[in-house]
Amino acid sequence: MSVLVYTESENGSFKKTAYEVASYAKGVADMMGTDVAAISFNANDAGDLGTYGVNRLHNVSDSKLDKFNAAAYANAIAQAAKTEGAKVVVISSSADSRYLGSLVSVHLEAGYVSNVTELPSSTDPFTVKRTVFTNKAFSNTAITTDVKLVGLSKNAYGLKENATECAVQSFEPSLTDNDFSVTVQSVDKATDKVTIADAEVVVSAGRGMKGPENWGMIEELADVLGAATACSKPVSDLGWRPHGEHVGQTGKPVASNLYIAIGISGAIQHLAGINSSKVKVVINTDPEAPFFKAADYGVVGDAFEVVPALIDKLKAFKAANA
Amino acid sequence: MKILVCISHVPDTTSKINFTDNDSQFDTSGVQFVINPNDEFGLTRAMWFKEKQGASVDVVTVGGAEVEPTLRKALAIGADTAIRVDTPAVDGYQVAKQLSAVVKDGGYDLVIAGRESIDYNGGMVPGMVAAMTGASFVNTCISLEIDGNNATAIREIDGGKETSTATLPLVIGGQKGLVEESDLRIPNMRGIMMARKKPLNVVPATDASSETNSVSFSKPEPKGAVTLVEADNLDKLIDLLHNEAKAI
Repeated sequence: MSVLVYTESENGSFKKTAYEVASYAKGVADMMGTDVAAISFNANDAGDLGTYGVNRLHNVSDSKLDKFNAAAYANAIAQAAKTEGAKVVVISSSADSRYLGSLVSVHLEAGYVSNVTELPSSTDPFTVKRTVFTNKAFSNTAITTDVKLVGLSKNAYGLKENATECAVQSFEPSLTDNDFSVTVQSVDKATDKVTIADAEVVVSAGRGMKGPENWGMIEELADVLGAATACSKPVSDLGWRPHGEHVGQTGKPVASNLYIAIGISGAIQHLAGINSSKVKVVINTDPEAPFFKAADYGVVGDAFEVVPALIDKLKAFKAANA
Repeated sequence: MKILVCISHVPDTTSKINFTDNDSQFDTSGVQFVINPNDEFGLTRAMWFKEKQGASVDVVTVGGAEVEPTLRKALAIGADTAIRVDTPAVDGYQVAKQLSAVVKDGGYDLVIAGRESIDYNGGMVPGMVAAMTGASFVNTCISLEIDGNNATAIREIDGGKETSTATLPLVIGGQKGLVEESDLRIPNMRGIMMARKKPLNVVPATDASSETNSVSFSKPEPKGAVTLVEADNLDKLIDLLHNEAKAI
């Protein structure tokens, strides 16, 4: 009766989200007096899973699963959960995990709660806190099924070390043609860029930038900070930036440690998308911009003067603190 | 091609969120309800299939009579028939169970649902409907082409896009990108008049329990006032971010 965690990997190595969900699963396992098992696909070894409290890894080695396949992965995760007799399964809130979560839920007849931000307040009844209304509120939700599926919000729990030995064992799920009814033809991914989903820091800009030709300084600021770039809805609607960078209620939610908003007034739909970010900085010429009410730190000023100066200051700061 | 578009009846994106009954219920007083934005993109894409390739488009939602204006709006946009499953929406599983019954009864080739509703944000209904009906499933779909029985879908992934193929029947979790924002349909007077004559079928719920139970709601703690930094004193901002916020 372990807690099972799905640990995402890429090219054989675990992603940071794998260690975060492992940390969380260890917390749940301690509350329930059990241990943690993990499942992954084509991982090279156990990585640092032991550091974050995972006792054993069921690794699926199958070249057909080199590319993410929601249906096949979900079936395999469900089979691993049954093998382990897991009462709780933990996944992340990445695009891939959210894709397969509902499929795992149906396989296991497990109540599924996504966007969970904390350890359960109670394990009997199993009750978790999750964000609702696009981060404008929380719901304490009880899962009433025998098996529970928890989707953990990114950056909500953090990494917590609980060193143990992680044994790696091979796992061979029984998959059918139905699990491969969707075939991935191609993946178009900028591998050298920090993604919004993984970023610790996000630099976001709005219509105050006046045009796409002015995004160079936003990208330079992001480079200095190791940040992802993002934008407001009008900017993506105007085609200045791709849809994938749109942050807000109908775009991507951001849960970074630092969110810097430049030339964004702060419409309620945008604020809903960044509520989970920990520290917010706003740079705007308009001191009445609603974003200042949601910000921790603010600079009233022209982005075309403030941002280049900030880049220079940050470069000097980094050089001094290298 | 028979298309079913699953519609969520959600508070307008600018709504203030409050709770009643000892923080156990969402306070709907003064709240304007709309078609879930992610569903609106899907509905417009369905209308494109209907007009360009030939298809019938039904819309469905789960809820009491209060959701009917939202369904009528979808009819005014151009859907042929609306279906209301007559039971309150309780959780993602219960809603998916109801929708799956409609899908099976109607023999739909393509089911379009928003990737998530903007109220409870569970993001689970499209995938559950696919799993319950045995259909293929593509989530966070930003492009969909259908050629005969074959579909080509592009989905948004963290940091990029992925192109997949599948055969019908197919369920997608759609979002912005399925159509451009500027192409979203607004009901015109003719559409509104025609919608009054279109069928809105109320069907009984299937016997399905929920798997989760929202016990109580809360709101984030009020935030303190912003610390303003002079534009010519950015060293102070960096100092605050480094030493106070520990963010850099």
